[in-house]
Amino acid sequence: MNIYVLVKRTFDTEEKLVISGGKIQDDGAEFIINPYDEYAIEEAITVRDEHGGEVTVITIGGEEAEKQLRTALAMGADKAVLINTEDDLEEMDEFTTSYILAEYLKDKDADLILAGNVAIDGGSGQVGPRVADLLGINYVTTITSLKIDGTTATIVRDIEGDAEELETSLPLLVTAQQGLNEPRYPSLPGIMKAKKKPLEELELDDLDIEEDDVEAKTETIEIYLPPKKEAGRVLEGDISAQVSELVGLLRNEAKVI
Amino acid sequence: MSKKVLVLGETREGALRNVTFEAIAAAKKISGGGEVVGVLIGDSVADFGAELVNYGADRVITVEHPHLKSYTSDGYGQAFMAVIEQESPEGIVFGHTAVGKDLSPKIASKLQSGLISDVTNIEGEGDDAVFVRPIYSGKAFEKVKSKEGLSFITVRPNNIPPLAKEERSGDVSSLSVDITNLRTIIKDVVRKSAEGVDLSEAKVIVAGGRGVKSTEGFEPLQELANLLGGAVGASRGACDADYCDYSLQIGQTGKVVTPDLYIAAGISGAIQHLAGMSNSKVIVAINKDPEANIFKVADYGIVGDLFEVIPMLTEEFKKVM
Ligand SMILES: Cc1cc2nc3c(=O)[nH]c(=O)nc-3n(C[C@H](O)[C@H](O)[C@H](O)COP(=O)(O)OP(=O)(O)OC[C@H]3O[C@@H](n4cnc5c(N)ncnc54)[C@H](O)[C@@H]3O)c2cc1C
Ligand SMILES: Cc1cc2nc3c(=O)[nH]c(=O)nc-3n(C[C@H](O)[C@H](O)[C@H](O)COP(=O)(O)OP(=O)(O)OC[C@H]3O[C@@H](n4cnc5c(N)ncnc54)[C@H](O)[C@@H]3O)c2cc1C
Repeated sequence: MNIYVLVKRTFDTEEKLVISGGKIQDDGAEFIINPYDEYAIEEAITVRDEHGGEVTVITIGGEEAEKQLRTALAMGADKAVLINTEDDLEEMDEFTTSYILAEYLKDKDADLILAGNVAIDGGSGQVGPRVADLLGINYVTTITSLKIDGTTATIVRDIEGDAEELETSLPLLVTAQQGLNEPRYPSLPGIMKAKKKPLEELELDDLDIEEDDVEAKTETIEIYLPPKKEAGRVLEGDISAQVSELVGLLRNEAKVI
Repeated sequence: MSKKVLVLGETREGALRNVTFEAIAAAKKISGGGEVVGVLIGDSVADFGAELVNYGADRVITVEHPHLKSYTSDGYGQAFMAVIEQESPEGIVFGHTAVGKDLSPKIASKLQSGLISDVTNIEGEGDDAVFVRPIYSGKAFEKVKSKEGLSFITVRPNNIPPLAKEERSGDVSSLSVDITNLRTIIKDVVRKSAEGVDLSEAKVIVAGGRGVKSTEGFEPLQELANLLGGAVGASRGACDADYCDYSLQIGQTGKVVTPDLYIAAGISGAIQHLAGMSNSKVIVAINKDPEANIFKVADYGIVGDLFEVIPMLTEEFKKVM
């Protein structure tokens, strides 16, 4: 089976954000594989181990994203592709990202493409379905279980807490939801092997993409931190007095009840 | 310039969802005095048309077909594209719901359009509209504009106030669309979320963490939530410990919620939990550790045992409600 995983390099969840010059400062910050993409990589490896084939991980980003690709290779992916847009593009949006990924994938005859359901930094959740639409293949989002039998896929997906069971066929793009699996940690031999696995680096030219083709459709005009919250009030006195004070505050001061 | 804006209406348990009314209010702003057209898709939805009008839609288009009973991206995609073809809108608003998140990128892709997802506020109107959305799991915000053509957004539930409901008149017409070639067959939906109030739209959430200690430990929280017409949520700590289903998890890898009142009981306040609830209007923390991080984001805090405090709180509310 010919399997592809879309992987995004993101800020570590624990990182504090600093904004200067209208941009999020990322010098010195820790970066990780988007957590949902880890589920996608794990699932891809499991499907390959069961059905045979090859897992290729792809990312669009700068040179630094090589580190996350090597991690995916150490987990067990076979090949990696870095589409480096650093020199070509200043502005990107979800349209841009999806278009580039689809241009790369269009002649690859993928049976299965996996992505995260959302990136924890950009947070749009658009890239998976957009790529599938551009490729003309079906997609299923926020999946928590995947079984493949021949070209039939039996899937459970999370819909706002409920579990929807469905059947569809390959070729298919799915996006991973928490609960799909437990991503493995790269083993030491895995890390050693990853160093020798193929990592291809491409630029827009290699994909015959002109900058005009991928001009962003939306424009970010400002990035800012939420106003600092005033430290709240910890109530005092005996518990029953605190409880009745709280009820009073919620009704009369905060007016939420 | 005034615009024509389409709004996708959504129902849950046989009633229109609040987020639909919020989406109509958002569409009004984008339209800048133009026209707001509600769109209802399903096997039997025409009856909801009048209510969309009462919440501010100028008119409503329904697409009904037996194949549209359950949501599939293919079925709804064909239905919505047919409406777009007929109406040539300049704006589109969906709720940032399971359906909205799944369908909006497909439609945006077909239209080669931008899409601004998970909008929590709109500044300005018409062509000047600027959309505010959280990024980095709510740790920052960005203001985004559509560069050209269509303004297409999804709105996060519970953020944009709906218009007042009034008796109003507007046309409800149907569009017949041939729905073919569905690639997905829905077999079953297993209900795991609680009956009644949906977490993402709840006005009150009572959430429990590892401090709740067991499945039974959630009972007093459920009782308080029921009394306040709210829903129960949880931290990942509680879900990982199997005290409750993952469908209740709030946070960076769970649901993002913005209720009027969020009561966190036995939750330490890890940064990944805060990512899902810190934009709630009022936060109450109940924790026996005075140093717990949750107190840093709470408006009101009680240092104490949740098994003592929660039942007392329920009793106290009963007295005054
Ligand atoms: C050089 C550069 C410049 C940028 N400039 C801007 C800017 O000016 N304005 C702005 O708003 N944003 C900018 N971005 C952000 C970028 O456009 C978005 O992050 C991107 O469109 C994905 O959207 P998202 O983060 O919401 O991902 P989502 O749609 O939430 O991601 C869902 C899934 O899609 C896949 N995916 C997402 N992104 C990638 C990727 N890069 N490679 C491989 N798979 C991916 C992953 O599987 C992910 O889990 C820039 C990014 C880069 C690399
Ligand atoms: C990539 C990633 C994603 C994550 N995503 C999420 C997410 O989406 N949501 C999420 O919640 N977490 C998430 N986490 C986990 C998060 O880091 C924390 O581990 C988790 O939130 C802790 O849950 P908790 O507060 O219930 O448990 P704990 O941290 O163990 O806190 C329990 C609290 O209960 C208090 N307590 C105990 N008994 C009582 C009592 N009787 N009365 C009152 N208080 C009591 C204690 O003082 C303590 O503060 C994520 C972690 C990672 C690494």
